[in-house]
Amino acid sequence: MRRMSMELDVFVGNTTIIDEEVYQLWLDGHSVSDAVRMRLESDALSECEASGEVLHSDTMDQYRTFQMCERLLHCPSKLANQLLFQIPAHRQAMLIERYYEFDHTFAREVLGKKLSKGTKKDLDDISLKTGVALKSCRRQFDNFKRVFKVVEELKGPLVENVQHHFLLSDSLARDYAAVVFFANSRFETGKRKLQYLSFQDFAFCAGQLISYWTVGAVDNMMEDMDVDLEKEFLHDLKDLKVLVNDKDMLDQHKSLVCYQLKGKIKAFSEMEANFKNLSRALINIASKLTNTKDVRDLFIDLVEKFIEPCRSDKWTVGDLTLFLTHYTSTAHTLEMFRFQILWERYMGVIKSCILKMYHD
Amino acid sequence: MPGKLKAKIVAGRHLPVMDRASDLTDAFVEVKFGNTTFKTDVYPKSLNPQWNSEWFKFEVDDEDLQDEPLQITVLDHDTYSANDAIGKVYIDIDPLLSSEAATVISGWFPIYDTIHGIRGEINVLVKVELFNDLNRFRQSSCGVKFFCTTSIPRCYRAVMVHGFVEELVVNEDPEYQWIDRIRTPRASNEARQRLISLMSGELQRKIGLKVLEMGGNAVVGYLQCFDLEGESGLVVRAIGTACTLDKLSNTYTPATAINPCNSSPSKDIKDSPQAVPSALGCRSTHSSPVHSASSRLSQGFSVSVPTLLFAGMGSGGSAGKEAGPLKALLRQQTQTALEQREFPFFTLTSFPPGFLLHVGGVVSARSVKLLDRIHNPDEPETRDAWWEEIRQEIKSHAKALGCHAVVGYSESTSICEEVCILSASGTAAILSSRFMQDSALDTEHRFEDLMSPGCAFCHIPYDELNMPFPAQLTYCHCCRRYKVPDVLFTTIDLPTEANVTGKGCLIQARLCRTKKKAQGEGNATAISNLLPFLEYELHTQLMNKLKLRSMNALFGLRIQISVGENMLLGLASATGVYLTALPSPGGIQIAGKTPSDITYEQHISNMQKKINDTIAKNKELYEINPPDLVEEVIGSPIPEPRQRSRLFRSHSESSDEVSELDLSHGKKDAFVLEIDDTDAVEDIHSLLTDAPTPPGFYSCNTEIMPGIYNWTSALQMFTSVRVFRLSNVNLTNQGLNKVFNDLCENLLKSLYFKLRSMVPCCLCHVNFTVAVPEDELIQVAVTAVAMSFDKDQTQENGRQSIDKNLMKAITENEDQLQFPLELSAESSSNPLNSAKGLSEVSGPLPSARAPSVDYSSFTDRCSSWIEQLRLKAHTIRCGSIKTMSSLEKASPLPEGRSRSLRSNRSYAGSSVTVVKMTPLSFIPGTKIIKYLGIINMFFIRETTSLREEGGVSGFLHSFIAEVFAMVRAHVAALGGNAVVSYNMKECVFMENPNKNQAQCLINVSGDAVIFVRESELEATPPQPHSASAQTSSSGEGT
Repeated sequence: MRRMSMELDVFVGNTTIIDEEVYQLWLDGHSVSDAVRMRLESDALSECEASGEVLHSDTMDQYRTFQMCERLLHCPSKLANQLLFQIPAHRQAMLIERYYEFDHTFAREVLGKKLSKGTKKDLDDISLKTGVALKSCRRQFDNFKRVFKVVEELKGPLVENVQHHFLLSDSLARDYAAVVFFANSRFETGKRKLQYLSFQDFAFCAGQLISYWTVGAVDNMMEDMDVDLEKEFLHDLKDLKVLVNDKDMLDQHKSLVCYQLKGKIKAFSEMEANFKNLSRALINIASKLTNTKDVRDLFIDLVEKFIEPCRSDKWTVGDLTLFLTHYTSTAHTLEMFRFQILWERYMGVIKSCILKMYHD
Repeated sequence: MPGKLKAKIVAGRHLPVMDRASDLTDAFVEVKFGNTTFKTDVYPKSLNPQWNSEWFKFEVDDEDLQDEPLQITVLDHDTYSANDAIGKVYIDIDPLLSSEAATVISGWFPIYDTIHGIRGEINVLVKVELFNDLNRFRQSSCGVKFFCTTSIPRCYRAVMVHGFVEELVVNEDPEYQWIDRIRTPRASNEARQRLISLMSGELQRKIGLKVLEMGGNAVVGYLQCFDLEGESGLVVRAIGTACTLDKLSNTYTPATAINPCNSSPSKDIKDSPQAVPSALGCRSTHSSPVHSASSRLSQGFSVSVPTLLFAGMGSGGSAGKEAGPLKALLRQQTQTALEQREFPFFTLTSFPPGFLLHVGGVVSARSVKLLDRIHNPDEPETRDAWWEEIRQEIKSHAKALGCHAVVGYSESTSICEEVCILSASGTAAILSSRFMQDSALDTEHRFEDLMSPGCAFCHIPYDELNMPFPAQLTYCHCCRRYKVPDVLFTTIDLPTEANVTGKGCLIQARLCRTKKKAQGEGNATAISNLLPFLEYELHTQLMNKLKLRSMNALFGLRIQISVGENMLLGLASATGVYLTALPSPGGIQIAGKTPSDITYEQHISNMQKKINDTIAKNKELYEINPPDLVEEVIGSPIPEPRQRSRLFRSHSESSDEVSELDLSHGKKDAFVLEIDDTDAVEDIHSLLTDAPTPPGFYSCNTEIMPGIYNWTSALQMFTSVRVFRLSNVNLTNQGLNKVFNDLCENLLKSLYFKLRSMVPCCLCHVNFTVAVPEDELIQVAVTAVAMSFDKDQTQENGRQSIDKNLMKAITENEDQLQFPLELSAESSSNPLNSAKGLSEVSGPLPSARAPSVDYSSFTDRCSSWIEQLRLKAHTIRCGSIKTMSSLEKASPLPEGRSRSLRSNRSYAGSSVTVVKMTPLSFIPGTKIIKYLGIINMFFIRETTSLREEGGVSGFLHSFIAEVFAMVRAHVAALGGNAVVSYNMKECVFMENPNKNQAQCLINVSGDAVIFVRESELEATPPQPHSASAQTSSSGEGT
């Protein structure tokens, strides 16, 4: 029989005590009682012989602390100069990093979607689909939105902006940059044919696009934003049409590539047969990028027009690598082709994206 | 015009949004001191305003400077309606008034609102220019330094210890004024905060004046408390120890700076026996260029102090009014502080070497009073008289113990409705006169001379033929020359020189007693009648638990009695140790009532076995392996069953003649627990239910844990509060006891769990406070510091590292041959006649001391338990040789840790200074280089949206965090990086969940300091250590 009940129970340290394990449970969206149960079951604490009561009290304290910190975590730079919690710098970094870490499965679902209320309503479904707790989904979604909102209007390199404003590690900042970039350009990622691609695949592609196709990519001055693709560049891409429209050039290109690849790739005959289609596909994608709608379809186009044909011809990754390498380089030797820099800028990104996306 | 206060408002940050429409704030600031107010311009539409104001100048009396806080109010400008207050900052400018403390206050302060908590921060600059020689101003006492620390602050040296200072001021509590009915909670809270701040300032100033009168320049062990007497008013009272302190010159190396006991090889010793121990003790110290021994040292030392005191005792053991016993001494030493002060009390708990000669035991007094309205706040005579009475009683208890002083003295109250229990306690002691007189001592060398040996303080100060209470005396196990008691209870810290076997541990006695609800006098009578039983039971519990751990002494004993409507709570906390000088405690023997019954016998023997097992386990746990003593005849181990008086059931002081005889020559006595009723069974159960501390943890409520020396710099101060609701109203005493006991045990368990990452670690200065805020509520609050230590290092290494300077003096001292101190104590046939003294000392029985005739103020005193000593000197080599390996060995780890803490990520423009907080007076591995002033802060927080703030726990959690933050901010603004001697003196929590409301009051204090790491100080590592040649064994003993 319990003759008493705990009315109030708090523990406050001069240095705020943070149990990383409990923090993770909190971030994962577990309730206090779930967290207590999981801690009871975990081996790590078995040697402490902690009773349920002790764990409950500790978990409550920790959860309260996290809730109080959460406000600050929304603006991580505040954490460093707030006075309420005395947290050593490396622990602050841990708190921030963990708070902003996200599940890639979750991010994959949200990628390219508008970070709006409407999407927020879909979180229930995403939670069901990915198995990520709804609470956690909300936090992750809100993080995306928050980062997006802050970075959207900022000038300068996207990754650095994210890093500077949210004090994240380099790799996490890159992931956020990808999310922001996708959300901003609203790339189509949800089609069934794109389902096989992971968040990491897209994040890589985003990195490529950010690095080479945005204004910041060519002009290092912090003048413009990194979030949008460079309009002028996209416009210029139309010039590449010459590679397929000029019959001579197309033939010459083909023969140069075939010469280089002969005996080096297994799918040589398929390549030879398909060269014009493949080349046309890549050039068409390039020439259409002035159109916002087509920009959004960049990835689905790459898959449908290029990757799928190659895959059905059973190209190996090696084949593809060699092909794209020589496809790019031989164009330079075409006498009439004047858009070397443009070509390099376009194909560099396309090549690495395709190679990243070329898997089952 | 004695002073000019200048303030500048620089900027704000993280302000709350006050204008919903724009999501911004139009902030401006009002700066108020006394009746003068300045305003900054409005900084429109910003949450991070940059006011960068001019210097606001206040020309004020220094009296006001001491009393008034600087009040800064941040407001949101509103063109059409009244300006909204964002919050306030109160800045105590007292630290700027002392030349040795801070010179400027500059930094970010949290903007605090009593309803919303912290709302952003404000950057403020404050300076003070003092014009005149302040000593000329009667009303002010600028320049007197205050310290919460209950020892001589680390970078000072005591030139003189003048003695006790006390003062109290009273006022009406704004919360209970008629106007409170019509004003907002915020206004009411702010009025209260401001009033208490003013009263604290006034109190401090008045105490400062007293100190100046006494010729001192500082107050050490300053303890200020509030009594919220409700309708009858608000009392702010303070006690402290007036001292004359000298700042140690910075040119000293850190080691020598504090080292009180430097080389003094001495031939003079023989000429002056009194000084001998110390002089010898110094011989082996590492080379200290600074001091050399001087024969003058001993000349100044007056052996006559104790002697004359004893003579004085004879003259009037009764509640002699004045400092009668001291008269003889005074004739000699007219300057003696003891004469000037009516009460030879000292709030210090640890002492400069050579100050504390002998300890008599704990003396305490309580009195139950009925509160009535304070009619004239300017004449707080009633309250003064109450305390006066209690102090007189304490003084007479001390006399009964043959002691002329009380150390480790403190006072407290517990209030419930109109009943108030006043308590005072301390440790009766005999002090050396060296710090109490001006003349004769060359201040330069004051510290060097006498260093008492590790056992001297245990020797009984009273006459063994006229003991104030029955006790078993044996010869000191260290020196074997003088008598020591079998157990020793004290309220002070373990003297650094004490010889201790093994480690210590926190021991608590907990007790809950139901009480009928009553009113007025009836209630007061009921409480006074209960008190003696409560104290007695607590004492018994302490004694049992002490024996169970195979220890023989308690330090830092603090007994709190808290009164509620329908119950009384008693909590006694202390640190148990095994003093090498004292006899080994016997076991605990259980005696059954009906020996014929076989099952019963079996039950008894089972329990006995459990107890024996526990004792054995504890011995191992606390590493208590006292050297075997040959000299004692192993006599009859277990006394015959004694009379079945319940009261004497388990009392060591039992005055059973027969057993007394048995015990006196059979030292291996057992402690008899008789099972004569169910209570006893309960007691034994509760004895055994105390969960042992988990592996890697130790705990104590004193400054230092005996047996642990190699602290790292990792420390974590914390406060934990729990409130329990008793849902079953009709609990029996035993039921209540169990509840209360579980409460405390579970709280401790939680603490150990929380702090598991710090293992191996010790919870130091564990300070429990209990309260009965409402009918069915019990509140327990703990403040303590967890400190990691390095397990692998040898004790000796560590011993150096902790506080190597002091320690060094001591360890070395232990090694020395001690010459007898020829004090004529034994001759002083000390007629402890005082009937009063006697009865109170020995009498756990409530006895016939009927509550005094005067019904308006019931007094019942339950008295002192007491343990004791003897004044004598001794010879014998009690220490032995120690290895002194280089200090530096101790440092790498702490350093490493601290570094990892500092390792910043590049971004963290971490503008926030890390401020350490600790209830201890020091921080391991560091040296305090400056005391910046006292921190004494009082906050009220209230909410009318309890649920939204996360319920009572959420509310209190954030409030405590806010209090910490404000303390840290003030310290940082003073230029400090730590608070030492931090104490949460009050945490009053009230709730009304039905109305979604709660209110909490917190009062904290401490000393703001600047510390530097020792590793940084000693850029040049290996210090020449002449002593390192010595070898060692820590087991003192023979």
